[in-house]
Amino acid sequence: MIQVEGLTRKYGTFTAVDNVSFVCQPGRVTGFLGPNGAGKTTTMRVMVGLTPPTSGRVTIGGHLYQDIPNPGRHVGVLLDASAQHAGRTGREILELGARTMGLSSSRIDEMLDLVSLSRAESKRRLRNYSLGMKQRLGIAHALLGDPSVLILDEPANGLDPAGIRWMRGLLKGYAERGGTVLLSSHLLHEVEIIADEMILIGHGRIVAQGDKKSLLAGAAGSGSTFVTALDNRQLSDALAAKGFVVASAGDGLRVETEPVEVGRTAAEHSIVLTDLRAADGGLEDLFLELTSDTQREVVA
Amino acid sequence: MSTTAPGLGHALDLSSTQPTPFLRLVRVELRKSYDTRAGFWLLAVIGFLVLLTEGIVLAVVVTQDQAMTYGDFVAAAAFVTSILLPVLGIMLVTAEWGQRTAMVTFALEPRRPLVFLAKATVGIILTFATIAMALVVGLVCNLLYGALQGPADWEFGWAGFFGFLITQTFAMLGGFALATLFLNTAAAIVVFFVYRWVLPGLIALGAALMDWFGTLAPWIDFQSAQGPLYDMSLDGGEWGHLIVSGFIWLVLPLAIGIWRVLRAEVK
Amino acid sequence: MSATAAPGLGHALDLSSTSPTPFSRLVRVELRKTWDTRAGLWLLISTAVLTAAVMVIQLSVVVAQDLDVSYNDFLTSTNFSMALLLPVLGILLLTSEWSQRTAMVTFSLEPRRPLIIAAKFLVGIGLAVAAVVIALVLATICNALYGLLSGHEAVWDLGLGNVGGFVLLQVIGMLTGFAFAALLLNSPAAIVLYMVYSFVLPGLFGLGAALIGWFDTIRPWIDFNYAQGPLVDATMTGEDWVHFAVSGFIWLVVPLAIGVARVLRAEVK
Repeated sequence: MIQVEGLTRKYGTFTAVDNVSFVCQPGRVTGFLGPNGAGKTTTMRVMVGLTPPTSGRVTIGGHLYQDIPNPGRHVGVLLDASAQHAGRTGREILELGARTMGLSSSRIDEMLDLVSLSRAESKRRLRNYSLGMKQRLGIAHALLGDPSVLILDEPANGLDPAGIRWMRGLLKGYAERGGTVLLSSHLLHEVEIIADEMILIGHGRIVAQGDKKSLLAGAAGSGSTFVTALDNRQLSDALAAKGFVVASAGDGLRVETEPVEVGRTAAEHSIVLTDLRAADGGLEDLFLELTSDTQREVVA
Repeated sequence: MSTTAPGLGHALDLSSTQPTPFLRLVRVELRKSYDTRAGFWLLAVIGFLVLLTEGIVLAVVVTQDQAMTYGDFVAAAAFVTSILLPVLGIMLVTAEWGQRTAMVTFALEPRRPLVFLAKATVGIILTFATIAMALVVGLVCNLLYGALQGPADWEFGWAGFFGFLITQTFAMLGGFALATLFLNTAAAIVVFFVYRWVLPGLIALGAALMDWFGTLAPWIDFQSAQGPLYDMSLDGGEWGHLIVSGFIWLVLPLAIGIWRVLRAEVK
Repeated sequence: MSATAAPGLGHALDLSSTSPTPFSRLVRVELRKTWDTRAGLWLLISTAVLTAAVMVIQLSVVVAQDLDVSYNDFLTSTNFSMALLLPVLGILLLTSEWSQRTAMVTFSLEPRRPLIIAAKFLVGIGLAVAAVVIALVLATICNALYGLLSGHEAVWDLGLGNVGGFVLLQVIGMLTGFAFAALLLNSPAAIVLYMVYSFVLPGLFGLGAALIGWFDTIRPWIDFNYAQGPLVDATMTGEDWVHFAVSGFIWLVVPLAIGVARVLRAEVK
């Protein structure tokens, strides 16, 4: 498990991370969520000893990172998949990691299979890799030493949809076997699907943390519905007659009430629905709201 | 919107877009030479060394009671800048590859030879700026020399000035050409220093040992061929040596390098 | 796994079965990094090819011109290519971790940074020694060929002092590059500094010594190249060793110490 205690990192007058404390539990995937420049990467860099903290500390399984012998065997790290020598082949990069950790070369083939990089691809130099391939290689590198803790900075960046689904399965399985996973992202939906626990950070401070349900419970603006009917106008009129706020949205309508109310109204009027779902904007609104003073764009 | 097939009715309207003017490319390339920390420090070090060299020379000649002319001050600065101007020439080219900005540069201006021409122009501009600085600092030093030591000697012929201008430009372009050939900072710098500081000694050694090499040497030794340029006293044969050796060391690497860049896949 | 355990108690990492990464393994990995990229491989090949080329040229010239040379002449001429490229190797050993940002990975797999630097240092020394061995072999071949091809008898004037001095010379060249690299952490800057130090500075020091009396007196104490001169022909005296130590301290130890201190504290980006 990872324990962050009162972590602060200042660059001159700029405070990148401001008194941050949280815990990542084993057996769970913790999502570290925040807009660009919120302090996610700095926090993760402090975790692995690349950036000295101004104050506070981070322990992994009760130890400072620098006190862990052969840390690659305990903590898998992926901070920047592009931070590798462009002239090395993917396989060679894993080879160097395996040798540093004292692993046999067969482990490299296992990892290449795990992240679905073919033998031919592994012999190409990194400069010829796409962002998604670099990301797969980086995940393979992080998993090489069969660590019990994973720290991944924006691992889904550049992965195609199939790749993102694959990574989700991989990390879920990893956590189910008792591993601790911390992954950062600036994309809400990515984290929402994969993470058991979420930590929202903005402007270097933690603005909210908890699991999805508890976060949503405190969120304003939950309880909207997207609905599409064969006859949108009829439905719209029926809903408006009941006093719900209705607005058109794409092919259908957005209604400011629970889906069950919309369904009931449609049933009463025998209107055929082709789509009915909760407007999943609750968490998104929450995210934007919590980080709004740190967002680059003003939320309308 | 009309229903014409894509590609017929939807051609890009280029009539109102001018090609990027060359002057603008030069201004952008000039900016690139100092807007990174590495570039800024290189320029700052060049300027600082000009100041330092002429200052040291002044201190030495005053304390050692030696005679000095304006031209001598400038020559001392020229010696130092001729070491770093080529590095500037190299960095102008290779920074684009080392940092992979060539992708952006060539996407915005696909006429790649123009980009190189703009870079070379920037190199020449910065060389001239360095020379101007050396002249001004030399002027101040010579004035101080006159005040501290006795009458200042303002001997500095126009021939010397042009010789200075040309040799410094050649030095910068030598680095530029090797950088274009190798597209790799480390390799270009090593080869340049060998070419500038080691090769003349080897050629002289070879010429001393072997007669046939002694005959060949002036045609391939660009450094020696530039010697008479300092006082612009070239005769016919020396012009020949300058042109042939210059072709070997400047034109050839530049041509091969640019030919390579034009065909290269930019990664 | 107990569900009620307080966080941080039940889930401590068990480090008892993990031994720290042995130093020899770090050295082997660092050695591998010197040749596993195209740039690194070409640098090693260039060093070998250039050294061989220098010897072949020297051999053909001395045979064709009927010159009188000895084993030691062949050996010292390899100094040309090695003194040029070994330091570059030393520089890239360190700076490529920064320019390619691999230091992030290297230091997260082994947070004991002094060990990584020590491993690189050792690899540098090892490559310099290997280069000297190659030079010795090449010089032996050339001198034997010289004995066969020219009218002269091959002279095998190989002393322990010569070899020792030659090894020291190459190792120091490599380490000077390494020290400059640690100080600047930037390939072009370190290479330029080294080239200036090795090709330009001796001339300036010589000029200064010729012009200024007091500079002539202190020159041996500050000119490391000059102080290494007697190493080549194995004529180091006691005073030479003192000059060597003092100037070496200035050019080798000081930049290395400042550079290492910087690397140890630096935020790795």
